[in-house]
Amino acid sequence: MQTIPLTLARRAALPAALVAALVAAGCGTSPPSSAALDARAAEMMKTSFRDEGIAKVDRLNQDLANQACSAAQGADLAPELAKRIEAENMKTVKAPSDGRYLGDFKRGETIAQSGRGMTWTDKSAAPAANGGNCYNCHQLSKAEISYGTIGPSLYQYGKLRGVTDPASPASRAIVEYTWGKLYNTRAYSACSNMPRFGHMGLLDEQQLRDLMALLLDPRSPVNQ
Amino acid sequence: MRHPLLAVALVAAALAPPAAAQGRSAADGIAEYRKMLADGNPAELFEAKGEALWKQKRGPKNASLERCDLGQGPGVVKGAFVTLPRWFADTQRVQDLESRLLTCIETLQGIPAADIAKTSFGRGEQANMEALVAWISAESRGMRFDLPQSHPQEREMYQLGKRAFFFRGGSHDFSCASCHGEDGKRIRLQDLPDLRSNPGDGIGFAAWPAYRVSSGELWGMQRRLNDCYRQQRFPFPGYASDVTVALGVYMGVNAKGAESIAPSIKR
Repeated sequence: MQTIPLTLARRAALPAALVAALVAAGCGTSPPSSAALDARAAEMMKTSFRDEGIAKVDRLNQDLANQACSAAQGADLAPELAKRIEAENMKTVKAPSDGRYLGDFKRGETIAQSGRGMTWTDKSAAPAANGGNCYNCHQLSKAEISYGTIGPSLYQYGKLRGVTDPASPASRAIVEYTWGKLYNTRAYSACSNMPRFGHMGLLDEQQLRDLMALLLDPRSPVNQ
Repeated sequence: MRHPLLAVALVAAALAPPAAAQGRSAADGIAEYRKMLADGNPAELFEAKGEALWKQKRGPKNASLERCDLGQGPGVVKGAFVTLPRWFADTQRVQDLESRLLTCIETLQGIPAADIAKTSFGRGEQANMEALVAWISAESRGMRFDLPQSHPQEREMYQLGKRAFFFRGGSHDFSCASCHGEDGKRIRLQDLPDLRSNPGDGIGFAAWPAYRVSSGELWGMQRRLNDCYRQQRFPFPGYASDVTVALGVYMGVNAKGAESIAPSIKR
């Protein structure tokens, strides 16, 4: 386990002559540049974590989206960069293999309730072991009052969008959008807070279909 | 102990007149539950154990921790907690309470810091650590956070902590900011402190260490951060690793002026 901060220890071990030269050159007084701090932060992340169970250190490898959204520290990305990230993520969205978008809303409710999966105390990284964490951040059905507010309310998600028959051509656009949003939210919003359930292999096709039904089936508790 | 307490709170909630219950948010109910629990905070037991451990001669060197310098001079405990993490001249490092205790225990008592860092939370020397942080933080109860930022390494650690706070990764693309980067949000019914600034007296950084009713354990900040990263679906942060200390500096400096209620009590 890492206890000694390598970066700091290394800097403390700089030869005295070099330190004197740096101070003489004025480097000893000026704070490190933003780029230098970025490099040190990256090194710190690398040395501070270790593998544990299914949670390996390769989870710290960032794609363009995670790199850019981390660096933005909550601010908006430049529009071109956001568009590039959204386009790249859009390419990852796979439509359901058999063309069926909706499953069983009752199973969807169970998946939405579960916040389990993918931590170092979980045995398996297989989608079957994972929940959707939906209620952690969203309101969905009216009956469940224990819901989070990090994401918008999804109560009456389908009803408010006029979905009376999810299989109808009129519903096609919203059905495909909702699938894409669950599969890879960053296809639509570069720095969305939501996990990319399909793209990252968190939920399988059938689980996504069941969540689709929870959101869009007129009989689902979400649409009452 | 925890089940009877919970039962009392639930019965009390059930007996509350309907008029009073209306218009009260779930958060109010939870706050009331916590207040009732706080009347008999079992953290006191950990505090008593921690004070005894501080004074007890232990380890290969058969010495107490009474010469340990927590930043206010050797042996000064009162007020130390609300100035940590800070830079220490002897180690040339910025240290939080727990990494500083590792230094003291190794140098004064001769118990290897690496062995303690490897030990699972709640076991052996880690259980002693939790008692020590309970007592040391209690000695600053009611005082306000005021971390020094005069040393260049303290300022650098703040900047590194800020970058760690916004670092997105893991299977779910989460960062600390996913939950703690906006005001007024919650997960399920749990209110989330916005840790980008001072969230208020006794909230967020100013509420830890804390007694966890759900597990019957006393958690220091290291264990709190460890569980944050577990839920973030990140790999395992080393005990007293740089990232944990940097986050402590970021949260602690942001919490400047917040009153410490540690060790507090949590669900």
